[in-house]
Amino acid sequence: MALALPRRGLAQIAALIVILLIDRMVSPQFFDLRLQDGRLFGSLIDVLNRGAPVALLALGMVLVIATRGIDLSVGAVMAISGAIAASLADSHAWPVAVAAALGAGLLCGLWNGFLVAILGIQPIVATLILMVAGRGIAQLITEGRIVTFTSPDIIWFGTGSLLGMPAPVVIVVGMLIVTGLVVRGSALGLLIEAAGGNARASELSGVGIRTMVVSVYVWCSLCAALAGIIAAADIMGADANNAGLWLELDAILAVVIGGTSLFGGRFSLVLAVCGALIIQAMNTGILLSGYPPEFNLVVKAAVVLVVLLLQSPRLSDLVANYRKARA
Amino acid sequence: MALKRILMSLALASAPFVAPASAAQLTVGFSQIGSESGWRAAETTVSKSEASKRTVNLKIADAQQKQENQIKAIRSFVAQGVDAIFLAPVVSTGWDAVLKEAKQAKIPVILLDRDIDPSGKDLYLTAVTSDSVHEGEVAGDWLAKTVGDKACNIVELQGTVGASVATNRKKGFDTAIAKHANLKVVRSQTGDFTRAKGKEVMESFIKAEGGGKSICAVYAHNDDMMVGAIQAMKEAGLKPGKDILTVSIDAVPDIFKAMVAGEANATVELTPNMAGPALDALIAYKDKGTTPPKWIQTESKLYTSADNPQQAYDSKKGLGY
Repeated sequence: MALALPRRGLAQIAALIVILLIDRMVSPQFFDLRLQDGRLFGSLIDVLNRGAPVALLALGMVLVIATRGIDLSVGAVMAISGAIAASLADSHAWPVAVAAALGAGLLCGLWNGFLVAILGIQPIVATLILMVAGRGIAQLITEGRIVTFTSPDIIWFGTGSLLGMPAPVVIVVGMLIVTGLVVRGSALGLLIEAAGGNARASELSGVGIRTMVVSVYVWCSLCAALAGIIAAADIMGADANNAGLWLELDAILAVVIGGTSLFGGRFSLVLAVCGALIIQAMNTGILLSGYPPEFNLVVKAAVVLVVLLLQSPRLSDLVANYRKARA
Repeated sequence: MALKRILMSLALASAPFVAPASAAQLTVGFSQIGSESGWRAAETTVSKSEASKRTVNLKIADAQQKQENQIKAIRSFVAQGVDAIFLAPVVSTGWDAVLKEAKQAKIPVILLDRDIDPSGKDLYLTAVTSDSVHEGEVAGDWLAKTVGDKACNIVELQGTVGASVATNRKKGFDTAIAKHANLKVVRSQTGDFTRAKGKEVMESFIKAEGGGKSICAVYAHNDDMMVGAIQAMKEAGLKPGKDILTVSIDAVPDIFKAMVAGEANATVELTPNMAGPALDALIAYKDKGTTPPKWIQTESKLYTSADNPQQAYDSKKGLGY
């Protein structure tokens, strides 16, 4: 992976740096850092911290997409796990609340995996079911209100810090390392790519596709559940109507910006996280810029288009041909 | 169709008992939108208690945010022969046909919380709504009065872009502070009416305004965004309510909690009690034949930390917000 990075990730890393520099232009104090209550404080930290939930979603999503699947339910899973964590936060010890929230994520993942791998339903349809139903489940848990809590242990997941870094950032780094070790430290990553590239061929070569696809969806939902706990802890309450709303799209976008093909067969964890940071660096920059909010989505779309064009092989061929023609 | 006929005959059969229509035995059908927000849940709770206060039999139909469900509910209310229909419309258009059916059945319709665009205003008796431009004005007036002659840089957390409530609350606030040259909105961004976005946007405002030192007040189009913004200020080492004044709209329980803690200054109430004035207008109409005005505006009451926030919190927390 380390060897593949410089070649494949160049466009993404360049895009991230350029966007950060643009942020610095619209907001001169962008790179300023100081300690506030034992936690680093500054716009750069905001980008990492606010980007953490989407980065977590992207970590799971990238594996699902590598198997030529997609998971639209991650936003709803966030809402469910946040609702469960918030409902249990004040009445139970924090490990119980967190385990219950992650357990719910596990079940959601098994459900998605069952529909996709066992019943053979197309991933976009299969996960659409939970995307719609999941938010309803979350609303049932919270009874349509914002459930607030005061447990400092759960709140740590959103606003705590470790060695000055916000807890969500630490969690993302941890999950990135764990996921990286599991899929790239073994042949699993290769098998996932093989399954995405040609499911039938890899099945015939003896790869247990079903179990692998189910576990990939489970992992994706677990990441989403963790993101849900972070989102709830951040505002000290579970907002079932809005938690994770449309974040599945941001997660897919992060994966795509990270150069992973929606047709499966190849993926990069680091670049997916990088994609999430690109999206957040853009969001934070827009907020700092002082433009009227009507421009937010237009600016976002334009930047995404440019980043994707940078990666387009056809465009770089065109540019190369044009240069050759002129030379 | 068969079901409708059965319902009709049931309604007719029970008619002799309902017939001596005094206020005590009114039956009102209420087509509620669904559980879209805490405020909506509170409105349902308050509607029930207001109805039982007046011994009105209130039948609530939850439309789950779908207009077709609301139309079905109204048709079923008409078939049951209720005395009046309350409608909290999920959208503003497409009501003509079903309201004409209610009109033919001589059942008055009262709109709650939101207005509609019917072809004729005679399709409903009255609309009980809040004036969201006025809410913004109340917020702006409070801020102008509190700040006095000091220069004051305001940051604004807008609601969802394009939502009429957000546009109106902005307009009202802008009108109110336009009279005071010392008040200026320096930053304005959308927080989508949510706590999470309110917090994120406030974090960026604080950084963009030199650590928040040049911000004198925050105005949020709803309390939820303000609750998020208060957390952002605290995490940045600022004291909301003291270093930075806060004023928001809705009066949900959690903002009163913040007021008790001294972290919020003022909120303008969007009352969940739309059914009370509607029932009063209906009873007067049925008993004395008084036709109410086409629009009954609810009060946009200002609450500050001087108005016993603890008591306000206690009275609101059980309403389902």
